[in-house]
Amino acid sequence: MKLQLKFLLPAVAFAALVGFFVVGLRQDPGEIRSPLIGKPAPAFSNESLGDAGWRVGSADFAGRAWLLNVWATWCAGCREEHELLLAIARENRVPMMGLNWRDDRNLALRWLEQLGNPYVSVAFDPDGRTAIDWGVYGAPETFLIGADGRVLQKRIGPLTREAWERDFVPLLPPPGGEDG
Amino acid sequence: MRLVALALAWSLVMPAFAIDTGEAFADPAQQQRYERLIRELRCLVCQNQSIADSNATLASDLRREVRDMLQAGRSDGEIRAFMTERYGDFVLYDPPMAPRTLLLWLAPALLLLGGIAVTGTVVLRRARAARANPASLEEEPDKS
Repeated sequence: MKLQLKFLLPAVAFAALVGFFVVGLRQDPGEIRSPLIGKPAPAFSNESLGDAGWRVGSADFAGRAWLLNVWATWCAGCREEHELLLAIARENRVPMMGLNWRDDRNLALRWLEQLGNPYVSVAFDPDGRTAIDWGVYGAPETFLIGADGRVLQKRIGPLTREAWERDFVPLLPPPGGEDG
Repeated sequence: MRLVALALAWSLVMPAFAIDTGEAFADPAQQQRYERLIRELRCLVCQNQSIADSNATLASDLRREVRDMLQAGRSDGEIRAFMTERYGDFVLYDPPMAPRTLLLWLAPALLLLGGIAVTGTVVLRRARAARANPASLEEEPDKS
């Protein structure tokens, strides 16, 4: 009995260690769960990208579900997901606002002109302050905000059709519902 | 000797590599708090650097936030809370003690206790065996 314990204990400890590694090494350290999920979305009101005299912000969607997509022209992943964003905009289930992060206004406008504009409006955030309020650390990032003003979901990195269907669509308000 | 000279020369050059090019605070105490805080905060783009060491844009934005909050008279705790509310505990190099991190904090102590227990048992058992049968302690039985 004593002898068995002597061999069993190291084996159990080793198995536990392997367990930690199996779980730990499969996690992507680049994906940090946002502490904002479940919390009220940070309010902001920024210059509109297209019109410096116009302000756009979180209040524009009060009482409605909406998406906030953080993008920039220097961000390769943003280009990658752009087609999907256009498709989501065409599906017209939920309005999408853009947050243009630390970018050049002219370059950003040209990008939208050339690639198409999936956004209802775009807030301009050249010094990154709004992005910090939202805990943004790498574009692209996409948030879903519920009608109650709480952050429901966040995607870090380019959105894919699979991730959209799996993580976002189930949280959207039912289609055909009253929407503004 | 030459090595010491080299190290000294290097330490003189080091400040030239400083990442943070912002102006120093007028109040040295505030400057000290600023420097300590930016060493405690992790840059989330380059995860193994603090925002003091990183020249990523996000790190410089976060340094600016810390600087502004210090100037606005916010406490160190408030500044840390501002960061964790937005970026989670991961932004702190020292994870806080919480049920989720309890194992992380206790693991070194548990491992040490386990080691002491194992060593203790082995030593005690050998001592007991030696007392019961002193001859067994000798490596080679006397063959002469």
